[in-house]
Amino acid sequence: MTKVQTTYKRRSFLKVSAAAGGGMILGFNWLMGCKPEGPLPKAIPSEWFDINAFLKIGDTGLVTIYSPNPEIGQNIKTSMPMIVAEELDVNWHDVVVEQAGLNTEWYTRQVAGGSQSIRQGWESLRMAGATARKMLVDTAAEQWGVNAEDCSVANGIISGPNNESIGYGEIAQLASQREVPEEVDLKDPNDFKIIGKSQTNVDLQDIITGKPLFGLDVDKEGMVYAVVLRPPAFGYTLESFDDTDTKAINGVSDVVQFGDKIAVIASNTWAAIKGQKALKAEWKVGPDIEDSAYHDKELLALLDKKADEARREDGDVFAAFDAADEIFERTYEAPFLPHSCLEPMNFYADVNETQAYFLGPIQTPEWTRNRLSKLLDRDPSEIKIDMTRMGGGFGRRLYGDFALEAAEISKLIEKPVKLTFTREDDMTAGTYRPASKFKFKTGIKDGKIDAWYMVETCINGRMWDPMPSNFPAGTIDNFRVDSHVFESNITTGAWRAPYANFLAYAEQAYIDELAMHLGKDPIDLRLELFERARTNPVGEAYNDDGDKFNYDIDKYTGVIKLAREKSNWDQPREGVHLGFSAYYSHNTYVAEVAEVEMENGMPVVKKIICCVDCGIVVNPIAAKNQVEGGIIDGIGHAMYGQFDFEKGRTQQTNYDTYRLIRISEVPEIEVHFVESQNDPTGLGEPTLPPAGGAIANAFAAASGQRFYKQPFVNYKDVIG
Amino acid sequence: MADYTIKVNNELHKISADPDTPILWVLRDQLKLVGTKYGCGIAQCGACTIHLDGVAMRSCVYPISQVGDASITTIEGLSEQANHPLQKAWVEYDVPQCGYCQAGQIMSAAALLKDNRNPSDSDIDQAMHGNICRCGTYLRVKKAIKKAAKSV
Repeated sequence: MTKVQTTYKRRSFLKVSAAAGGGMILGFNWLMGCKPEGPLPKAIPSEWFDINAFLKIGDTGLVTIYSPNPEIGQNIKTSMPMIVAEELDVNWHDVVVEQAGLNTEWYTRQVAGGSQSIRQGWESLRMAGATARKMLVDTAAEQWGVNAEDCSVANGIISGPNNESIGYGEIAQLASQREVPEEVDLKDPNDFKIIGKSQTNVDLQDIITGKPLFGLDVDKEGMVYAVVLRPPAFGYTLESFDDTDTKAINGVSDVVQFGDKIAVIASNTWAAIKGQKALKAEWKVGPDIEDSAYHDKELLALLDKKADEARREDGDVFAAFDAADEIFERTYEAPFLPHSCLEPMNFYADVNETQAYFLGPIQTPEWTRNRLSKLLDRDPSEIKIDMTRMGGGFGRRLYGDFALEAAEISKLIEKPVKLTFTREDDMTAGTYRPASKFKFKTGIKDGKIDAWYMVETCINGRMWDPMPSNFPAGTIDNFRVDSHVFESNITTGAWRAPYANFLAYAEQAYIDELAMHLGKDPIDLRLELFERARTNPVGEAYNDDGDKFNYDIDKYTGVIKLAREKSNWDQPREGVHLGFSAYYSHNTYVAEVAEVEMENGMPVVKKIICCVDCGIVVNPIAAKNQVEGGIIDGIGHAMYGQFDFEKGRTQQTNYDTYRLIRISEVPEIEVHFVESQNDPTGLGEPTLPPAGGAIANAFAAASGQRFYKQPFVNYKDVIG
Repeated sequence: MADYTIKVNNELHKISADPDTPILWVLRDQLKLVGTKYGCGIAQCGACTIHLDGVAMRSCVYPISQVGDASITTIEGLSEQANHPLQKAWVEYDVPQCGYCQAGQIMSAAALLKDNRNPSDSDIDQAMHGNICRCGTYLRVKKAIKKAAKSV
């Protein structure tokens, strides 16, 4: 057991009232969701008692746990409450999960991003459960006149030393009136009963029966539907428009302009879509109209430029290059990417004099509320945001532009409104993964890597600190990282595993080719470098903790060695070509091996073996789902993600021209988690970055062909 | 606007809509059956898959005027108590991630299993090729279909 102080975000553990607003309605539908083979859950309570911001207990012993963070498919709506339930010591069957709304007083970091929900929520979730447990046990002990230390709990039943027994439901009312303890005990991970056991998605029954769960499913009294016409290209502004044809469409009630956008208001979505198509707008073409060929030229030119200030510099790479026997240099290029959440952007807004209420899919409710507050010139306290389940996020729903648009429209028309993006709107008015290029240059002296120079050029951004200190920093005497930012008017932002999603590809493809060039096994080369970092690390500390590089050698080499073993790397098989890749991102270590076989003269990815160190695995069945999804996403975009601009316009507007990976293109995936008792880290992103490198390196092993540009397959070549 | 009587999940509904209105929007906005999803509007992603007389159709491009007497089945009407073999297999393998495409996946798979009790990998690939899962749950979709096929 670990003793922890409850001073941390203490407000969350104080008595709260009506935690998530209105009472919940449980009925037939909920009971149907209970596993038929499991024990029957507790009956529906007639009264609930709020214990803290994370949970309430009903008089029958049924427990409601609030999931504070936005759910985008990373499954935290199941795994976060599991952590609370573990420390509370209840039966998972007796837990009902509810999505909490935005509440910055009670919860920390209500964000879906950076694979941080589990990692950063871990402590407070455990404390929420443990605090409640202690309040319940202390109350029972007091009633029985015994020491709380002599009582035990199993499945929500407290047992005393003299065969006393009472259920949480019977004592919840008294316990809820207790002072919050100053100190609580957390369980030893060896005693976990819920954490580490697979639990299915809490929304599973609703998903497979088509219940309203998502933002696009929102339906409110008096609500109208809006679809917006936005400038068709980056750099355009609205000059004038003619809405005669739009207003003639059945169901269209209004057309309103806000900024350079025009909203069509209708009594149903289809009428609003037709109305948008019927608008005749004149656009003014601004001076900055960009296309991908221009970006390519500018980014490539920057790659040859030495930055005024290095992001990291050990030794002197330029002197080492002069002294080198040989220089090995390669450049890797990535396009913009849209997020392609299958649920297009949308939001519900009801802005009137008495309230500003918002409901919808959003990864950043707090930031969005603050932006809405500025936009509407109202105090944040007057703005309420509730979150729906999200049909994907991938970073796109970090940017609440759609909520801000819905707010403007609702304010203008003085009605509650649901704004829907068509797929074309979603793809053409995106916040894209920026195009980027990386150049790697190695100086080889006496057969060894003596200098390593990486140059990044990226649209509107550069890799975050401390990524320049990622592997192989610390392993090479002369080491330098430069970044160049190229400003563009195309909106860009985070896309699943930002920067890492392509940097990992470039680096892992490069190391593979470099190893071949040096006549070394690519895994051996990595392990040699790690050994250097272990015995005689290069460089100065880059942070206040005195770290010289941004990785843990044991964890990194741990997954690498595990993947070597599980993939039978050292036992070659006839006709099976292996490719290796390993990457550390979002606090999680991942190594992947791809198996490629030639079929009809074409290399085909048959299997991926993936080894992951993410600390404690909270919910194995869901964790494996994330791992598989990340790999498939990584393969899909590396293979097919072609997205470009001409004259400021995206050339891909829907799934007929933008290709996403489909069922027949997915290899078998074998997942191994490193057994660990370390605190858990996230899984939404880290398995994506190494995937592209693993398959590309296997393709190279199979056919000798290397890919320096993503995507590997040009859609135009395939579909004409 | 025109009046139509359509049969959805064995119930008759009288509705008024423009003839070009895709079934998808009648289901979602008028009948409030929102299990059928909008994903692309051009029959490329499969999120809107329904059955028209038992055949899988993309409801985002199928106009209401063409429905006539055909019987529409949506995810809400696939089974009485979420007990279609596919729904059970979906639970067993915990298939979804975000969940948005899943109703469409299940409806496509249900149409496949109606005609083919023992689908091979390539049968599944072919039948499910039109259904995009952006989260990448394809491996579980495949497993669940195979499991369900055994119990149909």
